[in-house]
Amino acid sequence: MNTLRQLIAGLILSSLGTVVHADYKLNMPVGVTELSRETYDLHMLVIYICAGIGLIVFGAMFYSIYAFRQSKHPFPNNFHENAKLEILWSIIPFIILIIMVYPATELTIKHYDTKDADMTIKVTGYQWRWRYDYVDEGFGFMSSLTAESNAARQMDSGINPQRVQNYLQDVDYPLVIPVDTKVRFLMTSADVLHAWWVPDFGWKRDAIPGFITDAWAKVDKIGIYRGACAELCGRDHGFMPVVVDVRSKEDYESWLAEKKAVLEEENAKSDRTWSKNELMVKGEDVYLTSCAGCHQPNGEGIKGSFPSIKGSDIATGDLDEHIELVLEGQGMMSGFAESLSPVELAAAITYQRNAFDNDTGDIVQPTTIKDWLDDLGY
Amino acid sequence: MAFVTNPLDNHDHGHDHGPAKGWTRWIITTNHKDIGTLYLFFALAMLFVGGSFALTIRSELFQPGLQFVDPEFFNSMTTMHALIMVFGAVMPAFVGFANWMIPMMIGAPDMALPRMNNMSFWVLVFAGILLLSTLFMEGGAPAAGWTLYPPLSIQAAHNIPFVVFSVHLLGVSSIMGSINIIVTILNMRAPGMTLMKMPLFVWTWLITAFLLIFALPVFAAAVTMLLTDAHFGTSFFNAAGGGDPVLYQHLFWFFGHPEVYIIVLPAFGLVSTIVPTFSRKPLFGYTSMVYATGSIAFLSMIVWAHHQFTVGMPLIAELYFIYATCLIAVPTAVKIFNWIATMWQGSITLETPMLFSLGFIFAFTIGGFTGLMLAMAPADFQYHDSYFVVAHFHYTLVVGGTFPVFAAAYYWLPKWTGYMYDEKLAKMHFWLSFMGFNLTFMPQHFLGLAGMPRRIPDYAIQFADFNMMSSIGAFILGFSQLIFVYTIIKCIRGGEPASDEVWEGAQNMGLEWHLPSPPPYHTFETPPDPQLIDRVTTVEVTME
Ligand SMILES: [Cu+2]
Repeated sequence: MNTLRQLIAGLILSSLGTVVHADYKLNMPVGVTELSRETYDLHMLVIYICAGIGLIVFGAMFYSIYAFRQSKHPFPNNFHENAKLEILWSIIPFIILIIMVYPATELTIKHYDTKDADMTIKVTGYQWRWRYDYVDEGFGFMSSLTAESNAARQMDSGINPQRVQNYLQDVDYPLVIPVDTKVRFLMTSADVLHAWWVPDFGWKRDAIPGFITDAWAKVDKIGIYRGACAELCGRDHGFMPVVVDVRSKEDYESWLAEKKAVLEEENAKSDRTWSKNELMVKGEDVYLTSCAGCHQPNGEGIKGSFPSIKGSDIATGDLDEHIELVLEGQGMMSGFAESLSPVELAAAITYQRNAFDNDTGDIVQPTTIKDWLDDLGY
Repeated sequence: MAFVTNPLDNHDHGHDHGPAKGWTRWIITTNHKDIGTLYLFFALAMLFVGGSFALTIRSELFQPGLQFVDPEFFNSMTTMHALIMVFGAVMPAFVGFANWMIPMMIGAPDMALPRMNNMSFWVLVFAGILLLSTLFMEGGAPAAGWTLYPPLSIQAAHNIPFVVFSVHLLGVSSIMGSINIIVTILNMRAPGMTLMKMPLFVWTWLITAFLLIFALPVFAAAVTMLLTDAHFGTSFFNAAGGGDPVLYQHLFWFFGHPEVYIIVLPAFGLVSTIVPTFSRKPLFGYTSMVYATGSIAFLSMIVWAHHQFTVGMPLIAELYFIYATCLIAVPTAVKIFNWIATMWQGSITLETPMLFSLGFIFAFTIGGFTGLMLAMAPADFQYHDSYFVVAHFHYTLVVGGTFPVFAAAYYWLPKWTGYMYDEKLAKMHFWLSFMGFNLTFMPQHFLGLAGMPRRIPDYAIQFADFNMMSSIGAFILGFSQLIFVYTIIKCIRGGEPASDEVWEGAQNMGLEWHLPSPPPYHTFETPPDPQLIDRVTTVEVTME
């Protein structure tokens, strides 16, 4: 029924060309940074120039079709060359190009000017989530699609995406930055190419494994800004949104203090002994955000692409091998040693070994993981 | 038999010498007309294969949420759609026209290397089968985009060898075809057919053939490096081993950008042939058209990194690629102005070939405008890898790769078959294609500007309405191609007999219109009269 309604709406839209959807955007956002505004201005300048040229070209074309149709103009004029005209219309485009290229050059230089930043955020792309490291503060965290969107986007989920708030555009932990602060972004990747894009900031930049690219933003308006990964990065490329929460400087400071306290608490947690039940509850959470994208919520994987965890040799076999595989990665799976905390790792491995009828009864404690991490040199 | 045909020696062939009997004719043939037909039907078949992939994509994107396909299969569809359309449909279609028309346009009896001609077609068929076979493999077809960027592409190591070898075979086929075209044009022109008298379609193909020979080996080398990275432990594109993933992008686009013009230059040639006929007026600025084609080809080799503005190149490289890219706008603009000047004060009729040519000029100009926008690197930081880019290259490549092909098919069908096609159906084909095309791709500009990335199987709610429009357009565009097929079949089977001239005044426009419709199996076994060549190629014709 809903599909039918949408179909009718779509048909009406396409036949009338009118705009019915409230959230409609037809043009590039002006955005909230100096760069985004100037990028928008350049974009509009080129559009206006093209529209002007288009008017002349299409005007001449349609005029010819009309005025020189055979019924009206039966005897063609046989001219076929005009050196002056031909030189003129080679030179005019050239001049127009210079008019456009001048501001483009200035703006490119500005985009590249990452000097004198007040703070640095390192952005790391993973299949298929982002990690944000506050380089000056010495901490970082992963940012993944919210469980709500993730559930709705599964095939035949039975959940109407229209009912999900910010469908595919919301994450569990957004990047938080202060307003009116020049932030330098360092982009890299742990596996394949990604690209970090927030349209309201005015740019995207590729995240390349083994290399670092940079860009900057000085946001002058408090708010939540949404974007996405823009470089094809595999199966769930469409499901790794970017959300940036820009706060006042005071709010940012208090968020920072809170975040640090939570991290300390987490750290303390990793020193105590966890019960199997605690690990399984936490583990299910971690599994769904960090593992299920490939190995699927039911643990059965996808034949030919992603191995099953249910009944697998690794999840039901030697515990040490399992831990090492999760920490260090293998083949197209990158290791989780750096992207998950010891508690999360212990919980996820415990969960994998006991859920999906694996029932090995094995429990992995966070302290064990910490020893592993020390041995492996993390 | 055809096997022993020496195209330069036509004394022992009578005009009644026809094709071999039976179906094997189509396998062993070395006749340029037969091979042209094979290429064209292959291209038509691949158009439907690639089109069905496109409709799979548009079905999934019809509304938000995942309804039909797994995201990985979706990625395979976008990848295979591009590869099949570019290498299976569009390029072979232009080779088909080259085969049919170049000998007839320059007064040659056949292509210079007829056996190689046969081989390049059949190698192409095997390459296509090899590529399509990956769809049925465990783990699926390539899904890293047609650009095959590592490291993603080599994560699916199982299909890399198949993709790489099919690229090699496609390259072999195209290079053989190119050599054949170059040799034919340079050596087999009838006496009196000087280079600067050749029809523009022949000129554009000559330049395109050189571009192919220049660009394809680089692509072959790049994918071979992918193969060794995936299976033989090298690290060309792996930073951990001292390589660089961006190196691949440079190599790919060093091929990929000329490839765009490999598709579009012959299209320019076809439009430059058709617009004068239906304007009943010689092509305006023939000489500047030839030089513009040459400059576009040259510039296309030095602008490749405008596809990679966001990889963090040094500032100076970024600026260089902005400037070089903008330069291409000049010869391209000259071409568009020349076509319009050709129509100016002409005596225009709007038969289907003209409609498709005008549709091409209209949409390609829009594609050119968005191309200019994309050349502005700082604005490209917004456009890059968004639906805006998808809209842009479909405005250039769908329109460049198919509209001139449809135009040329209708233009020469009466010559080839001896019957007029059904003009009503053909016009319907044009209008549905043109509207379907714009309905599909115009909204994608807005989607991209509003922030929708490309190559995603599902999207946020605010993109829903435009995606639905786009999908409706795609189905109109796709299904209207069935009219094309029906019209072709109908025309082959019969209809109103076509005269030799076919189009009013066409005998002033080219040698092919002085041959019977349909032409005999072998044409121009004796070269045409130099005076006739002068009449059809000198722009000083008078038309009453
Ligand atoms: Cu990504």
